[in-house]
Amino acid sequence: MGRVSRYSALALLRGALTGQRHWDRAWRDPAPRKSYDVLIIGGGGHGLSTAYYLASVHGITNVAVLEKGWIGGGNTGRNTTIVRSNYRQPALHNFFDFALGLWEGMSDELNFNVMFSPRGAMFLGHSDSDMTALAQRGDALRCDGIDAELLTRAQVAALVPLLDMSPSARFPVHGGLTQRRGGTARHDAVAWGYARAADTLGVDIIQNCEITGFTTTGGRVTGVETTRGPIGAGRVGICVAGNSGPVAALAGIELPIEAQTLQAFVTEPVKPMIDTVIMSQSLHCYISQSDKGGIVLGGDPDQFPSYAQRGLPPRLEKTAAEAIALVPALSRLRMVRCWSGTTDMSFDGSPIISALPVDGLYLNGGWCYGGFKATPGSGYAYATLLATGEPHALARPFGLDRFASGATIDEAGVGPMPQLR
Amino acid sequence: MLLIDCPHCGPRAQSEFAYDRTLDAIVQLAMVPSDAMTTLYTRANPRDWSDELWHHRSGCRTWLVVRRQTVTHAIESVRAC
Repeated sequence: MGRVSRYSALALLRGALTGQRHWDRAWRDPAPRKSYDVLIIGGGGHGLSTAYYLASVHGITNVAVLEKGWIGGGNTGRNTTIVRSNYRQPALHNFFDFALGLWEGMSDELNFNVMFSPRGAMFLGHSDSDMTALAQRGDALRCDGIDAELLTRAQVAALVPLLDMSPSARFPVHGGLTQRRGGTARHDAVAWGYARAADTLGVDIIQNCEITGFTTTGGRVTGVETTRGPIGAGRVGICVAGNSGPVAALAGIELPIEAQTLQAFVTEPVKPMIDTVIMSQSLHCYISQSDKGGIVLGGDPDQFPSYAQRGLPPRLEKTAAEAIALVPALSRLRMVRCWSGTTDMSFDGSPIISALPVDGLYLNGGWCYGGFKATPGSGYAYATLLATGEPHALARPFGLDRFASGATIDEAGVGPMPQLR
Repeated sequence: MLLIDCPHCGPRAQSEFAYDRTLDAIVQLAMVPSDAMTTLYTRANPRDWSDELWHHRSGCRTWLVVRRQTVTHAIESVRAC
């Protein structure tokens, strides 16, 4: 029986007779070639999806993704897996909704089950002013044709019966705003799905290959130095959110980005108890239940620069206290794991998908604490930029020049102070 | 949690302090607008030692210069600004 690489029920049945030993490996492990048309630095979800769309949409297959560790081992595997597009600013919600559209077809397109689960993503309102802000946000979304539904207190109580709705609740719930198309996905599968699909189209995925420098000729990038030797390139795309600062520094560029630690944690698995994503932006507390049953909790970043990839206890304590105040039943669960990612905190809270001051060098970064949900849209837009040299229409507002021109997209309105965001 | 040795109060928990910015991001009044913009909006963002401005917000309210390693979180020195 030949090797099989396409996943299907029929192939699974065939394998039942032979102990499932007929499967091909999901992606190759090639040695780097001398040069590529496009090099992508960073094998996270964003880098791998960029490679996939370069090959599938633009027909550019002489592409390599260089990853210093293993693919999906950075922020792709360190988030709370929430997918939504309900931002207030039009530039943001239109871009993230384009991404949400790609999420909806992702498993079919990649022939890989990313377990996208549109179970709804709901913001809670804890005061009259919260409800005004949520109503404004919902109106802004609906003006652009994006689903948003303002919920009364009774509707929220019906949706999540375990919320503390008592008169003495620490955080009273006045209502909510939900996006029913939002939800969660399995983050590792997103990296693996894009890697496998890109590899099938001819993209080289090169792991354990760290960038140590850029080579330039006459102000134009011609390749990179790596721990596995020099590799030439027509264009180079940096896609290393979390480490954008150190990688850009290799090219002598300083960015409007500061790295911070963002942590999350998960409880022991239990039977289904919360079947939507609960978010409070007044508290910065994010609660969802994974398909395995664990309650996944996320909060604020640790508000100072760090590359440690490990968080500090006060943040966990605050997040747990808020989550338990919102859903008292959570107090009975034990926390089993916590983890941290290094976030690329940009200076207006919005991503940067842009050409850099060195010819042929591009940046995709500055995703702050919200990059996972953008994965397919980020890759699609970055592929457009790397293939054509021109930004994708929806990514045009996210150029690096916006900080000098003043056209920043600042959802929180706090300027270049990421610790206030 | 970081233990920050405030020159006025002695060793205190990091939760009493607030990070403000790196020292090289302080805008001087005499700067021309383009320099002020660069100072405010770009950072070296080092994966290494960094000189930072912290505020002992819930303590003596002194502004402090903290030299800190951004990977190990080791603190080399703390002095009043």
